[in-house]
Amino acid sequence: MWVIYKKELTTFFNNLTGYLVLGVFLTVMGLFLFVFPETSLLESNFASLEPFFEMAPSLFLFLVPAITMRLLAEERQLGTLALLLTKPIDEMGLVIGKFLAAVSLLFLALVPTLFYYITLYFLGSPVGNLDTGAIMGSYLGLLLLGSAFASIGMLASSLTESQIVAFVLAVTGCFLFFYGFYFLSGLPVFFGKWDALVQQFGMDYHYHALSKGAPDTRDLIYFLSVIAIFLLITRFVLQYRIRS
Amino acid sequence: MSVRVEGLTKIYGEQKAIDKLSFQVEKGQILGFLGPNGAGKSTTMKILTGYLPPTEGSVEIGGFDVQANPKEIRRLIGYLPENNPLYGDLYIKEYLHFVAGFYPIKNSSARVSEVIDLIGLTPEKHKKIGALSKGYKQRVGLAQAIIHDPQVLILDEPTTGLDPNQLVEIRSLIKALGKEKTLIFSTHIMQEVTALCDRVLIIKDGKMQANDTLQNLQSTFQGEWVTTVTFQGPFTLEHFKKIKDVQRIRQIHPDVIQVITAPGIDVRPLIFKQAVKDDNIIIGMQQDRRSVEEIFQKLTGSDIQ
Repeated sequence: MWVIYKKELTTFFNNLTGYLVLGVFLTVMGLFLFVFPETSLLESNFASLEPFFEMAPSLFLFLVPAITMRLLAEERQLGTLALLLTKPIDEMGLVIGKFLAAVSLLFLALVPTLFYYITLYFLGSPVGNLDTGAIMGSYLGLLLLGSAFASIGMLASSLTESQIVAFVLAVTGCFLFFYGFYFLSGLPVFFGKWDALVQQFGMDYHYHALSKGAPDTRDLIYFLSVIAIFLLITRFVLQYRIRS
Repeated sequence: MSVRVEGLTKIYGEQKAIDKLSFQVEKGQILGFLGPNGAGKSTTMKILTGYLPPTEGSVEIGGFDVQANPKEIRRLIGYLPENNPLYGDLYIKEYLHFVAGFYPIKNSSARVSEVIDLIGLTPEKHKKIGALSKGYKQRVGLAQAIIHDPQVLILDEPTTGLDPNQLVEIRSLIKALGKEKTLIFSTHIMQEVTALCDRVLIIKDGKMQANDTLQNLQSTFQGEWVTTVTFQGPFTLEHFKKIKDVQRIRQIHPDVIQVITAPGIDVRPLIFKQAVKDDNIIIGMQQDRRSVEEIFQKLTGSDIQ
């Protein structure tokens, strides 16, 4: 598993995907948070990172599938999947190794954003007037959300040999899981009776719950289950679809 | 380490890709897997490696059942898949280090250098795989298959698409590897079988057509021995026809005849004596058994339905 992890991580930075993802994420975030007046942290009267955590999911919606689209689709296209799966590694090790590499890249993308936190910390009046708990919760939520997107991306990538198809499938899947249940809950069938329940299936519900700063184990369990389920389906796809 | 295959069958949907194959290979043997394209060679090899599950039957490598012990099997075998898939954007060393990482190899840097030397990749060792010629790519494929010094090597068409020089080199490499290991390789080129194999397995439409040593195959299927004689200057064809045991004579060229006899009968001395008697000059004489090509065609061609 670590063999795969190491290789994927090096590959990210060998073929520029890694730098591109980090660059795009930080540039776009930087533009919105410090340059564009409407969303700028500096123009706001509150020392809050909320705009960052509001925008990050939409960016992740495209960036995460861009990271994961290659991971399995390329192995299928090159035929190297047959090579890997005849080495002493099982499908789950392969899937988890690649998944963790993608998550690590996301983690790396988030680390520099601590700079925003530090900036705000000193901008606050008085200095340090900031809801650190909520921010840590939001970071946790963002990382879990990114990981859940990555698990959807892994499944999409295992379904096809084409990276473009994998990308589109993953964006659609992530979108549905993030916003889909919220919209679904507005349908007349659910509205008024089941809408609260339906919303709880969506990732946005749990993401926002986490960002309130009091991590609830239910939200953690939700994200971890989603990740586990998608990774297991991915393994299933590798085992049965490709081999028979 | 022996490989035993028992009643192997693979069904894709409605189609039987392979049908009740059974064979056995021992250490130090090279088994050539011969068949036309689409005969089921690659499918069989994928099952041997455990990559594909068989519909029926079993494969045992060194006493381990392939389906029941995937981990052990994957350590024991080295596999070169069909079309030699590689990562073009990796450097040779980088790639071999990656592959070595899957196995418990003590000093993997030393092993990678050793394999690069052994396979003859040294002149190209600093290149990216994508920049290599086909022959060198094939060597990289072989290198990754032997990096952990496996007991059993399974090579799926290791020589496709190589030019004649590369072909000779890769073949000698395979021959050398086969001395210490159990080696199974597939091909649709018949000369390769003659050049390399101890045993030949011929399949067609997933069914076993032959499973024997090369010599036995030749003596079973040869109906006749052919002696090709080249003369310089005129000769009397009729005198040669009267030689004992000669079945018939074909004249394939004004100066060349083929003398056909039953198998096991060497008529070369008699031909030579007759030529001396007639004062004819023989400048070439060669005796052939029926070639593997002919056996192959006979076993897999449409004329033998």
